[in-house]
Amino acid sequence: MSKKPEDLKLIDENGRRIDGRKFDELRPIKIEAGPLHRADGSCYIEWGNNKIIAAVYGPKETLPRHEQHPLKAIVNARYNMASFSVEERKRPGPDRRSIEISKVIGEALENIIMVEKLPRATIDINIEVLDADAGTRCAGLTAAAVALADAGIPMRDIPVACSAGKVDGHVVLDLCKEEDNYGEADLPIAIAPRKKEILLLQMDGHLTPKEFDEALELALKGCEIVSKLQKEALLKKYMKEVNRENE
Amino acid sequence: MDMPKEKKEIRELVLPSQFIGDAKKLKPGIGTFVEDGKVYAERLGILNVKDGVATITPLRGKYEPKTGDVVVGIVIEVGAAVWMVDINSIYPAFLHINEVPWFVEIGNTSKFLNYGDVILAKVKSAGDPDKVQITLKDRGLHKINGGTLIETEPTKVPRIIGKNASMITALKRYTNCRIFVGRNGRIWVDGNPDAIQKVERAIRLIEKEAHTYGLTERVIALLKGE
Repeated sequence: MSKKPEDLKLIDENGRRIDGRKFDELRPIKIEAGPLHRADGSCYIEWGNNKIIAAVYGPKETLPRHEQHPLKAIVNARYNMASFSVEERKRPGPDRRSIEISKVIGEALENIIMVEKLPRATIDINIEVLDADAGTRCAGLTAAAVALADAGIPMRDIPVACSAGKVDGHVVLDLCKEEDNYGEADLPIAIAPRKKEILLLQMDGHLTPKEFDEALELALKGCEIVSKLQKEALLKKYMKEVNRENE
Repeated sequence: MDMPKEKKEIRELVLPSQFIGDAKKLKPGIGTFVEDGKVYAERLGILNVKDGVATITPLRGKYEPKTGDVVVGIVIEVGAAVWMVDINSIYPAFLHINEVPWFVEIGNTSKFLNYGDVILAKVKSAGDPDKVQITLKDRGLHKINGGTLIETEPTKVPRIIGKNASMITALKRYTNCRIFVGRNGRIWVDGNPDAIQKVERAIRLIEKEAHTYGLTERVIALLKGE
């Protein structure tokens, strides 16, 4: 974590964070299911200042054929940051960081997709970060999960992600950019909310075991809230079609 | 929710992983799975409970072949004894030389059907999703010549056909076109060029407003108007 400027106060006297939130408060989240008409499933998410589009293509036959898995589907996730998504222009294309995030998101999603029902198939997941403000891997995974459901892909659960961390000695939920840069720790997690199974857990910085438990508990609570928003977004898109069915 | 009058089924929107019922009372059908004695939805769709079996009709997703479906396919590979046909599903379907109405010698397949040829075929067996067999040996199945293909979402096909085929009958009557609707979301239309364009406009209208009331009337209005 980079060095904090001397006059920057991440938490004020009243126990409010730099953007005015309480310790256990999420940033405002807006989720829209199915904004792209060419993709099989898609989702647009605004999570604080993060703006991310996720698109799902498939399932389709794996090509080239020698890469097919005879018993299950292959899940390809691609996390990419737009060159204009960060303060200084990011060199386009995959780098060390985005390759890692693609891998962990892909593996988290593979665990809840019923890959065994789609032998020899591929599911492509594209996560495009248009505007980044800390917590993009959580927001990206959350959007990808909605896009997967929107694509009609069989899955055991709708995964959801959220982060917690430590800022100025306090365990807080959903770090923003300044807190991420100058805080002490960041703990992004992704879960399958039905059974509370952990699909992804990473940690940057240092936490004592007690703080870790506290942060995990906080992040799980955050996941629950985001999970409701995901379901609302899907229901909003498909409700009108069902009303017609009941006509 | 109030109880429905008569015996009308309630059709409910379900999301993946949504709890549907107890496995002791409810049998899991297509689109559902069982975990710890409970039935859950595995995909987004409409829940139907009939005779104690829960099934889910998907609202989105690729075409899933079912035995007996009539589909519009495109030949994508010509083998010695078999054609591979793209039926808009995840995997291509197989058309064996024994399943065509012509006598084909092995190795002579390309004389009858070649790359890019379009056929109206029937799904013969769809046990495994990746080993679908189709056939041309039935009434009304044939190779298609001329005309235009219109692609739509497979889940919208019931809307394009309409209740008791009302929509498709209207399309045929007001445009004088020959139309085949494949279950896989491919629609073949032949007629005069203006009429084909009209059919395509009508289909796009049906796609867009599939969920609204009085759609058939509006489509007829579109077809009647210039």
